Amino acid sequence: MRSIHVDEIAEAIKEMCIEANHFLSEDMKSALGEAAKREESPLGRQILGQLEENLAIASEDMIPICQDTGMTVVFLEVGQEVHVEGGLLTDAVNEGVRRGYEEGLLRKSVVRDPVFRENTKDNTPAVIYYDIVAGERMRITVAPKGFGSENMSRVFMLKPADGIEGVKNAVFTAVEDAGPNACPPMVIGVGIGGTFEKCALMAKQALTRPVNCRSEIPYVRELEEELLDRINRTGIGPGGLGGNTTALAVNINTYPTHIAGLPVAVNICCHVNRHCVREL
Amino acid sequence: MERHMTVPFDKNEAEQLKSGDYVYLSGTIYTARDAAHKRMNEALDSGGKIPFPLEDGVIYYMGPSPARQGRPIGSAGPTTAGRMDKYAPKLLDLGLRAMIGKGKRSKEVHQAVVRNKAVYFAAVGGAGALLSKAVVSSQTVAYDDLGTEAIRKLEIKDFPVIVVIDTQGNDLYETAAQAYRKEE
Repeated sequence: MRSIHVDEIAEAIKEMCIEANHFLSEDMKSALGEAAKREESPLGRQILGQLEENLAIASEDMIPICQDTGMTVVFLEVGQEVHVEGGLLTDAVNEGVRRGYEEGLLRKSVVRDPVFRENTKDNTPAVIYYDIVAGERMRITVAPKGFGSENMSRVFMLKPADGIEGVKNAVFTAVEDAGPNACPPMVIGVGIGGTFEKCALMAKQALTRPVNCRSEIPYVRELEEELLDRINRTGIGPGGLGGNTTALAVNINTYPTHIAGLPVAVNICCHVNRHCVREL
Repeated sequence: MERHMTVPFDKNEAEQLKSGDYVYLSGTIYTARDAAHKRMNEALDSGGKIPFPLEDGVIYYMGPSPARQGRPIGSAGPTTAGRMDKYAPKLLDLGLRAMIGKGKRSKEVHQAVVRNKAVYFAAVGGAGALLSKAVVSSQTVAYDDLGTEAIRKLEIKDFPVIVVIDTQGNDLYETAAQAYRKEE
């Protein structure tokens, strides 16, 4: 048994909120750089150049990459030999978000009630997912999610007979409908299988995978590559203003499902695909 | 075509702008997004007024992150314009000349843009740090209680935008994507 104090967890979450909103991961930065070299449209190249310049300004001057610093999604993989002391784990996560958004001058974008819409003024509560794993470590992923692209995400409850073509059409339809609204070049997270909510969660988790790392399942890997190629032929392009860089990656996660179903979720993320990982 | 323009501008100047033009704007604009639009709409419905000069005005659909000390504004990129489609035609009919945002607009907004000789500009979504450098000053002028969604008066200098919908109703989101589309 190993003890981790809630203060240590809150401090880590605080720092990760600030880090994720000012620095993109190396895989995302190099994917944007590669795209700029391949882009056919002059305006598209200009926009990709602006995005690279934006990242440089964000990290040098500590201005958030995007003003939508997101609703904070936190994945916690907690070793079952870990004992959390000093308070509740959920409270520690929210305390970290509260401090991170205040001290980091991040935008507070969360409203208390979805209908009456009063801002909570500290960006809490976070959306938190817990997973109990083996060992005595705690792995934390902080993924602030902007809503321009979140609003364009979809769940499709397909029939088994729709098969792989149905899956391809679902992803393609979601991306085409998203178009310029989702701030392309996008990253597409896809969940296939499970239940209604499981496929949506897998789509979200798929966005935290590196964009230069394909699935280990051969048919899924082919599907990721084929869909990316097809999406980049739509012409939507950087900023939706035309070009052959509409998406940087399609990341697909799968799970067993029911004999009667084929759930597919498409979680769209903009080019500011933020996530930050730490292990305590 | 690349242009430099001073805002606000009138109908005649708006007509010079063509879908696809890259424009650097300098002058005064006002920010408003979801909550401010709802409140402006309620004000108009109850005989009230828009809390800034709307005639030939420019609205930027934007809610910034807090400013660091010594800076006029935090990250300041565009939000999705489509959420304001419900309110935009009424504002355009009252004299609003241009909107800055990102993403597709409704048929009703297209018609109101053409009817009033207005313009819809896109700024690059997700480039909020870069765009903040073109903001010279920021001052909250109304609805302070809305926090990031308050109406702010911004002085901008060479703020980069692209004409998406021009006074003729041409839409760059449709024409540009078609131009680069590769049929299978």
